Amino acid sequence: MEILPILSTLRRHKITAFLVVIEIALTCAIVCNAVFIINQRLQRMDMDSGVDEHRLLHIQVADIGAVSDQKSRTLTDLAALRQIPGVSEVASVAQVPFGNSSSNTGIKLDPKQKLSTLNATMYSGENMVPTFGMQLVAGRDLQSDDYKDFDDVVRGAAAKDAKALPHVVLITQGMANRLWPGQQALGKQFYLLDYPMTVVGVVKELVRPSIWDDSTKSYSMIFPMRMARGEYVIRTKTPEDRDRVLAAAVAKLKEINQHRVVLKKHTFDDMRHDFFQNDRAMAGLLIGVCVALLIVTALGIVGLGSFWVAQRRRQIGVRRALGATRSNILHYFQTENFLLATIGIAVGMVLAYGINLLLMVHYELPRLPGIYFPVGAVSLWIIGQLAVLGPAMRAAAVPPVVATRSV
Amino acid sequence: MFGYYLDLAFHSLRLNKVLTALMVLAIAVGIGASMTTLTVVHLLSGDPLPGRSQFIYYPQVDADTKGKDSKEPLDMLDYQSAVDMWNAKRADRQALTVQSMVRLNPGDAVKSPVLTMMLSTTTDFFTMFDVPFRYGGPWSGQDDVARSRVAVITDDLNQKLFHGENSVGRTLRLRDSDVRIVGVLKPWRPSPQFYAVRGGRFADGDTSDFYSKPENIITPFFSGLEINDGNFQQFTCWHLPERAGHLVNSPCAWVALWVQLNDASKVADYRRFVADYAAQQMALGRFTHAGNTRMRSLMEWLDFNGVLPGDVRLQAWLAVAFLAICLLNTVGLLLAKFLRRSGEIGLRRALGASRVSVFAQYMVEAGMIGLIGGAFGWLLTLLGLWLIRQQPVAYADLARLDIPMFTLTFLAAIGASLMAGLLPAARACRVVPAWQLKTL
Repeated sequence: MEILPILSTLRRHKITAFLVVIEIALTCAIVCNAVFIINQRLQRMDMDSGVDEHRLLHIQVADIGAVSDQKSRTLTDLAALRQIPGVSEVASVAQVPFGNSSSNTGIKLDPKQKLSTLNATMYSGENMVPTFGMQLVAGRDLQSDDYKDFDDVVRGAAAKDAKALPHVVLITQGMANRLWPGQQALGKQFYLLDYPMTVVGVVKELVRPSIWDDSTKSYSMIFPMRMARGEYVIRTKTPEDRDRVLAAAVAKLKEINQHRVVLKKHTFDDMRHDFFQNDRAMAGLLIGVCVALLIVTALGIVGLGSFWVAQRRRQIGVRRALGATRSNILHYFQTENFLLATIGIAVGMVLAYGINLLLMVHYELPRLPGIYFPVGAVSLWIIGQLAVLGPAMRAAAVPPVVATRSV
Repeated sequence: MFGYYLDLAFHSLRLNKVLTALMVLAIAVGIGASMTTLTVVHLLSGDPLPGRSQFIYYPQVDADTKGKDSKEPLDMLDYQSAVDMWNAKRADRQALTVQSMVRLNPGDAVKSPVLTMMLSTTTDFFTMFDVPFRYGGPWSGQDDVARSRVAVITDDLNQKLFHGENSVGRTLRLRDSDVRIVGVLKPWRPSPQFYAVRGGRFADGDTSDFYSKPENIITPFFSGLEINDGNFQQFTCWHLPERAGHLVNSPCAWVALWVQLNDASKVADYRRFVADYAAQQMALGRFTHAGNTRMRSLMEWLDFNGVLPGDVRLQAWLAVAFLAICLLNTVGLLLAKFLRRSGEIGLRRALGASRVSVFAQYMVEAGMIGLIGGAFGWLLTLLGLWLIRQQPVAYADLARLDIPMFTLTFLAAIGASLMAGLLPAARACRVVPAWQLKTL
């Protein structure tokens, strides 16, 4: 291919050539990183919660009368909810995945440790494992004689009475792997507020209600405590039953006590949707920016290509008159664009890497995977070629007779 | 001369409509994207109390028995410390604040019970933060001490319950207490909701909730603690409280103290007072360490909490890079356009036009593209802000174009296009007349 003449022509149009290169480089760098962030967000939105989301409902009611009868009210509520047709399991809980409000605590492997080993979230409530549809991978579920009433636990903790506190706990596989890498977690102990807790079971996954660091998203513990806070989780028999059951459950709860306020009533699919709304908005915005950038860059190439073709009309005519075919001319402009795009992509890759390093520092993003570089390069080559095709075809259409005019 | 250049520019822009449209589009899209995000940054990073924020301070002591002098103190105060420092009255003004979810029961104007956020604070809150009243006014210092059952409500709630009428003297039923309304605020929307900012360093950039609306009901601090006892949330606890939601004298941090200090010597004095207080509490055995007291000014505190959401910052950078690419594009196109008219330039130069006038002519043309691009960019900015208002974020209702940003949109568009025109115009005015005339 006729690369040398192209290079010498480009040397005479340094500024314009430079502009195209820079534009392609910047576009390449930004689009690579933007697509990477989009991917990160999409993956995050796809996060496994560890619970049977499609069949779960969450209802929270507030202020159910005097504190003293909360326990019996909860039992009434649970019994009523269980009787709704289509309900398979119910539980009174303290927090739920994607619920955004969580209770967390530091735990220690050794009571003498000054700092906590890690910070994990505390789930509690009777019948949680079957209701949430969690998968037990080792050990056993919590049993009725493990359970304590939450109020007694709080009172016991204040009085430093170890007997009033739960002694056993379920943890997630992710947390077990972090605490005891490569070891069996069953039977092991950790310390919470100086009290030992024995791991009796491990569930495959259960994400935290609020996730501010994705690397610790599955550090969850389930304690055998009976909750009476008016927060209920219902598992339906089939996903299709959800809306009907939700309406029936809310009506039932209202019927039991007309004055209670329903704070929350939603399906877990809606909760997931809300939980990731920022990620979704950001991904949408980034997709928009990427498309706009690529269009702007392509239009820039079209504009400059047209200018060059118009400027070189006579030169093209002379070449045609001297025997160059239409495809020779077409290829000339395509090769020229390919050369500029290649330089731009090379610079762009270095820039992309640099931007990624910055993002790694400021936004705790992981390293850009290698696959982005070839994919980015190929897509920009294709866009460049498509953009230059129009002007190049117009160049190829220049008749040889132009050479003889106005000389 | 300027009029003539405008004429020429118009003529030239009409000559090649596609190229002109491309340039206007590039400027418009670039300006639209960057002004949308910059407006959001501008709205979110502004001073919530202009002219006053430098006098407002946020003292911190660390009652956490597990804390250390080498660590930052907790973001909020324990009850004892907060009330002790408030009682000392060493600042020009001082306000304790705590937020809680309260149940507004059926009564005078309320049909069915609702849960709403309540701010409990002391009377200085209103004067210190320049909170505007529509009807009535703040309660008195006497009400603070006497734990009077009074309240100030926001314009929002007044519209909802009393259709915007003067509701001073009416009562609301908060849980089991009747409170008398003594004041109704004018619309008040500090951005961020600065007095509730805390814990930003644990939010990992997800700080959009700092831009929530103020609480609907404001009661005296100690009255609020009694009315809504059992429903208070801790920022953190170092031991379990004896009764959940009842945090007075608990091992928990959950109260904030804001002080106003009108000059530098008072600031130094108060700093010493806070340090002395911690040392005294340590001597009494209540604190385990006293070396990590802090007193940040309001803006320092907002900065420390990184109030600007991480995503907003990322978007702003992205938009600026996007504008840069659009500008590069425009530079290339202008260059192409101007140099294509080398013959015309040669003719003008040969007829006596100076380099400066050729330069000026092309800059006018570039500026015109900027003006048209700016107008479209302004429309795109309005569209962008409208899109942001549709987003489910706490600051959505704030996203509006104010006059400074409106002006800046046009200035930025014209400035950007002039910058983009600089290089092409400089090249154009260096065209050698004789050489061009020969090839005409």
